[in-house]
Amino acid sequence: MGLVSAVLSGFVLALIAPWIYRIARGATGWLLAIFPLALFAYFLSYIGAVAAGDVVRVSYPWVPSLGINLSFYLDGLSLLFAFLITGIGALVLIYTGGYLKDHSHLGRFYGFILFFMASMLGVVLADNTMGLFLFWELTSVSSFLLIGFEHEKESSRAAALQALLVTALGGMALLGGFLLLNQAVGSWEISELVRQGDAIRTHSLYIPIVLLVLAGAFTKSAQFPFHFWLPSAMEAPTPVSAYLHSATMVKAGVYLLARMTPALAETALWTGTVTAVGAVTMVFGAAIAFRQSDLKLILAYSTVSALGIMMMLLGVGTAGAVQAMVVFLFGHALYKGALFMLAGAIDHEAGTRDVNRLAGLRSAMPVSAAAGLLAALSMAAVPALFGFYGKELFYESLAEDYLMPVLLFASVLTSMIFVAVAVLAGIKPFIGETTSSAKQPHEAPISLWLGPVTLAATGLVLGLWPSMVDKSALLPAIHAVLWRPVFLELALWHGLNPIFLLSMATLASGSGLFIFRSRLLRLFSWLDALRDCGPRNGYSLALAGLNAAAQAQTRVLQSGYLRYYLLIVVATATVLSGYKLLQDIESLSFGRLFDVTFYEAAPALLILLAAFMATRVRSRLAAIAALGVVGFSVALVFVLFSAPDLAMTQFSIETLTVILFVLVFYHLPRFAILSSAWTRARDTFVALTAGGLITAIMLKASGVELHPKISTYYIENSVPLAHGHNIVNVILVEFRGLDTLGEITVLAIAAVGVYALLKFWPGKTETR
Amino acid sequence: MTSLILSTATRFLLPLFLLFSIFILFRGHNQPGGGFVGGLIAAAAFALHAIAYDVKRTRRLLGIDPRNLSALGLLVAMGSGMISLFLGEPFMTGQWLTLSFWPVGQLEIGTPLFFDVGVYLVVIGITLTIILSLAEE
Repeated sequence: MGLVSAVLSGFVLALIAPWIYRIARGATGWLLAIFPLALFAYFLSYIGAVAAGDVVRVSYPWVPSLGINLSFYLDGLSLLFAFLITGIGALVLIYTGGYLKDHSHLGRFYGFILFFMASMLGVVLADNTMGLFLFWELTSVSSFLLIGFEHEKESSRAAALQALLVTALGGMALLGGFLLLNQAVGSWEISELVRQGDAIRTHSLYIPIVLLVLAGAFTKSAQFPFHFWLPSAMEAPTPVSAYLHSATMVKAGVYLLARMTPALAETALWTGTVTAVGAVTMVFGAAIAFRQSDLKLILAYSTVSALGIMMMLLGVGTAGAVQAMVVFLFGHALYKGALFMLAGAIDHEAGTRDVNRLAGLRSAMPVSAAAGLLAALSMAAVPALFGFYGKELFYESLAEDYLMPVLLFASVLTSMIFVAVAVLAGIKPFIGETTSSAKQPHEAPISLWLGPVTLAATGLVLGLWPSMVDKSALLPAIHAVLWRPVFLELALWHGLNPIFLLSMATLASGSGLFIFRSRLLRLFSWLDALRDCGPRNGYSLALAGLNAAAQAQTRVLQSGYLRYYLLIVVATATVLSGYKLLQDIESLSFGRLFDVTFYEAAPALLILLAAFMATRVRSRLAAIAALGVVGFSVALVFVLFSAPDLAMTQFSIETLTVILFVLVFYHLPRFAILSSAWTRARDTFVALTAGGLITAIMLKASGVELHPKISTYYIENSVPLAHGHNIVNVILVEFRGLDTLGEITVLAIAAVGVYALLKFWPGKTETR
Repeated sequence: MTSLILSTATRFLLPLFLLFSIFILFRGHNQPGGGFVGGLIAAAAFALHAIAYDVKRTRRLLGIDPRNLSALGLLVAMGSGMISLFLGEPFMTGQWLTLSFWPVGQLEIGTPLFFDVGVYLVVIGITLTIILSLAEE
């Protein structure tokens, strides 16, 4: 029960957050932070049990007819993510209060961010694939709302839409993958799927399953070539970038693949794809991060690169690689969250995010400068900071297999750039000569520096005493991925081994990269031309193409003239049903065609004559009268075939039609024949064909033996079940009541449409 | 469009039509009739009034905007289906109550009746929305 309320209570709080803000105003961030802190403490209470190898699982029937349960599962991997989500979440809520102080929509923002927090907790705790998919999509939706938070800005809306389209398309693929997984082994529960790994890997659906799941994970975690939405998402307010787009949501793809590793990994397809895509993303993201000058973009591309590292390590999949992945993920969340929040604080206080214009802020912002230094050193993997362990294990895991020199080379290159980028984003703004900026900078308020300082200090403390987390929080997560006992002991000093020397060389050369950055950028400036042929351009082209195609078909089909709509609808229906009917024309039964009495034939003849007359007369009144004859004759047919309900309704409708006609009669122009002979010939043809089709359908229907049970069921059950003797009405209000409800809803909508057409047409002056 | 004969006749016909429409509505469960045709008859009665007098007077007589009337009808129809939800049965399961009036007889009322009342109101609402808006042009 606890797990369910841990996830669902966040949604409730999200709903009432705007009202809390109305009362608590400036204190809202601090007040709301109590909620994730309480959840953090709640998850902390499980740490002993989970480290001992226990898992917590709760399950409630959700859609029992499909075998789908609302089930949650807590093991080492879920727990690690839950700590990150609630811990960083609390800091981000406090930070938001300072960053968006007095923003007119701040209450709504709190609601969105809590909505995200609850969805993300759902993702990492869900045991049912359908539940995971639901929460997964909810994180995409909340990300959309948060990126587009400044919705008056065109660029924010475009970025929000881009992120939503990319991640939701991936979500669709993921849904497909989950459905196929269920087909393959017949289970929706992840805890069951991971036990059936061998059955899945040998199943004929294995390849489509892997490709679909990977598509979902790669889009969500911004892997090349889907990475472009993440830098665009920097349009969001900085708390969102720190929380969703570096620390938590973008890691959902990594989480998913880690979770699915026991079920899907250890095949050439998986290893090859995940490793290659991760490695390309890693190098690509780092290279682009290096040439950015906007603080947030630098951090965004370095996040893309870091996600690539995690993917690549998952792809390699050895015990060492998975250890490195988990340790790196934890370290990354700490320093990247801190750096993002600092970027926002700098922007807030100095009025710019351009690293070329930022310098010498240390005297004005000493606390932020200290946090920036610690976070940057952690990112650069300097010993004694937690980032160091991730890098060491990362190198070690690639070096232990000597078949991977290419990956190791790419990794060293990336790590060098990481060093340079870390100095650029976390240290450079604070050192050197003060530049004249538009704003007089001063230290950020406590709400803005509490988050980065806490995260950076955590990086330092855990860097000095890694034994605080290695066995309790990290090892269980590694176990959850690998499913076999491994050993993890993080230690600062391993002796002077080659890996350590490589790390030191990386640090030195990375510092060199930073010093010669401007010269290197000039050297490679010819590469800038490639920017316009990236995947982002492909996205714009695809979107423009979609819009153009939609417009083209709208121009053809939506002419705005009722006569063309009628023509298209009638002709389409005729062709489609006619084609089907012509296929077995022999089945039309002509047997009862002449089996009519004269009083049945009379109204039929009347209808024919009146219909013909309606097309020939040269007066509108006469045409309407002729159509009235058609209507009343149809009602007569209903009477003859003992359908008094239908007849009554038909009579009423005919009467109302006359009233309607009287109302519009005086407004109509003089009767005239405006259509050409060709148009009339065409319309005659379409009308006759449609009439012929209806005739053919009637002939066909009279030859079909109806399922006898339906009408007898209604006759037998009308009184006992529905207490009524008029079967027609009982069907309308009872047996098929849902249809009727839908029909009257449609009617009401149509009436609103008519009202809008009559009252609001353009050019009409407002009368009331 | 004022005719003394029409307006005088309408004053007597309107209540009769309305009574008849309600009669049709309630008999519908056992004999030909029902909410749909009952609603059409009531709408025709009001349309007659609008022709005999003018739309403003019809709207005043109606007392409620026909658009709101159709919304109200949808609410009644939907609400009648929700009753079964509170009794733990699927949406729109018919619920019946038998009232005895000894020695006159007994009366069975159920949620389908309210559903039909909803249909009746929706049909009046949409028909009059269209007709009265057209008449105002």
